Amino acid sequence: MDNVLQDATQELLRTDLPEFRPGDRVAVDVKVVEGSRSRVQTFEGDVIAMSGSGVNKTFTVRKISSGVGVERIFPVHSPNIDEIRVVRLGRVRRAKLYYLRNLRGRAARIKERRQ
Amino acid sequence: MNSIIGKKLGMTRIFDESGKDRPVTVIAAGPCTVSQVKTEERDGYQAVQLAFGERKASSTNKPLLGHFQKAGIKPARVIKEFRTTADHKPGDVISVDIFAVGDSVKVKGVSKGRGFTGVMKRHGFHGGRASHGKSNQLRAGGSVGASSDPSRVFPGKRMPGQSGNVRRSVTNLKVVKVDPEKNQLFVLGAVPGPRNGTVYLTKQS
Repeated sequence: MDNVLQDATQELLRTDLPEFRPGDRVAVDVKVVEGSRSRVQTFEGDVIAMSGSGVNKTFTVRKISSGVGVERIFPVHSPNIDEIRVVRLGRVRRAKLYYLRNLRGRAARIKERRQ
Repeated sequence: MNSIIGKKLGMTRIFDESGKDRPVTVIAAGPCTVSQVKTEERDGYQAVQLAFGERKASSTNKPLLGHFQKAGIKPARVIKEFRTTADHKPGDVISVDIFAVGDSVKVKGVSKGRGFTGVMKRHGFHGGRASHGKSNQLRAGGSVGASSDPSRVFPGKRMPGQSGNVRRSVTNLKVVKVDPEKNQLFVLGAVPGPRNGTVYLTKQS
């Protein structure tokens, strides 16, 4: 992204979130507004991709919900994200784990990363 | 004065109070200096001419240099006249603070030039089909009209040609942020032209 644009959106960036990368399992607490009420919903799954930079940075979380693969793309710096918790670190050899979409069950597991 | 000259810096996103994602264009607007004031008595109409940007004196031609000297300002890259009844004198500075969050603005600019393009890119036609024996009309526009009656193509028929590089206005863009320190203006939505292109902004009532 252009330097000028980066400067212009600097103040929107969040610094309170933990570091994570593709392969990690995260639990994302999302603020959901229902009418006048607002509550927090958790979406837990594997990070299979990150893209963009600066305020445009997003990450894709994939989970298997009742046997069906569900993916959600979150803007990293969205104020709708209440909290991100890193549940498990994964060891992977690519930046985009789209191959997981074609795998099921035990084959779709990600090795744990030791620090 | 409710107009200003600016430079499109590009698009990005911001989040509004409800946390919604919004596409915004960042514009470096002003500061502009008044280079000439046209009056009813002398010119037959009222207008204010604004100058924006920087230009080396050595690369400015003499008539223009004289024009800037007369106003007592530095040579500018862009000069543009705006019809207004506002009272100004040469040398006055107009900056982004004429705009406030929530204002509607009209943005004029020259759209990105695409050169000579076909109907798919220029008018959004769907082109031909890839199968059923069509080998040479994938991107063709199809028929341009009927046969011996009317024996002509109707005026205004959308055809290939130069696309873009024309002056366009976009109206009713909402101002979402004004940064007087950096002379930046954030408007919701897209604005004509490439990055670093010159745009003219006018406040709408």
